[in-house]
Amino acid sequence: MLYEQELKTFVDGTTNFFEVAAQQPASIGSPYLMEGSPAVHEYTGVINISGKREGVVYFTAPKAMLTVLLMKMQENDFSHETMRDLVGEVANTISGNARRDFGRDFVISVPSVLSGEKPEFPHKPGQRSFIIPINWRSHSAKLVVSLT
Amino acid sequence: MSTPINGNARRSFKLMIVDDSNIMRRRIERSQQFEELQLVGSAANGVEALELFKKTDPDVVTMDLTMPRMDGIECISQLVALKPAIRILVISALADKATAVEAMEKGANGFLNKPFTDRQLNEAIAELMR
Repeated sequence: MLYEQELKTFVDGTTNFFEVAAQQPASIGSPYLMEGSPAVHEYTGVINISGKREGVVYFTAPKAMLTVLLMKMQENDFSHETMRDLVGEVANTISGNARRDFGRDFVISVPSVLSGEKPEFPHKPGQRSFIIPINWRSHSAKLVVSLT
Repeated sequence: MSTPINGNARRSFKLMIVDDSNIMRRRIERSQQFEELQLVGSAANGVEALELFKKTDPDVVTMDLTMPRMDGIECISQLVALKPAIRILVISALADKATAVEAMEKGANGFLNKPFTDRQLNEAIAELMR
């Protein structure tokens, strides 16, 4: 069972990126639980976690949101590689927050990036994922926390 | 608007940016406001940084930590061994105190967490140059 404080660390890592890098805060939609994992958007930054908890945390965002985020960051390159780079940086920030708050209880991987594919990880029967909508301007991404 | 560093009106400092993210490399280059800092090159990992160091002899380095091939901690050790007077600002998403302490013990002079604002970057560089 995930504790509220653990979820908050992952959410804060995500919203902090928007607030600082784009100078415009993101808001959180109503979180929900589902068995398995939800559909992903075009770009996904993933961190794998082991130790006290096992599983994955990922941030998945549509290209349109990332394009506007890059514009707000004064970036001029909107290529596929730059989109991948950006979700990797968001995942990097989530990972850094988790290392700071959880210390050595959690072993956190270097982020990886996927383009359109769902992260693959072993699901235990009945395992549920927390899905937290991340709303920014007119766009919506998802933070998915799937840990046991 | 450029900002003079520490009253050194005309002295220039050679800057090298090390980060595996293209976005972050461009962001640091674009956001730093010190006219005395002349960018001599960017590297995407520690191995590239050491090669670039040998060609350009930078005075100031911004250094990511989590990178492929050679990470930032190892690169800091090697750069400081080659040039003890080099000034290194770590810019990393790793926000834990132990990582910052390790980087400083290897020879880094400052630490800035990602993500950062332009103001935070320029304050960290100014502090580095004091």
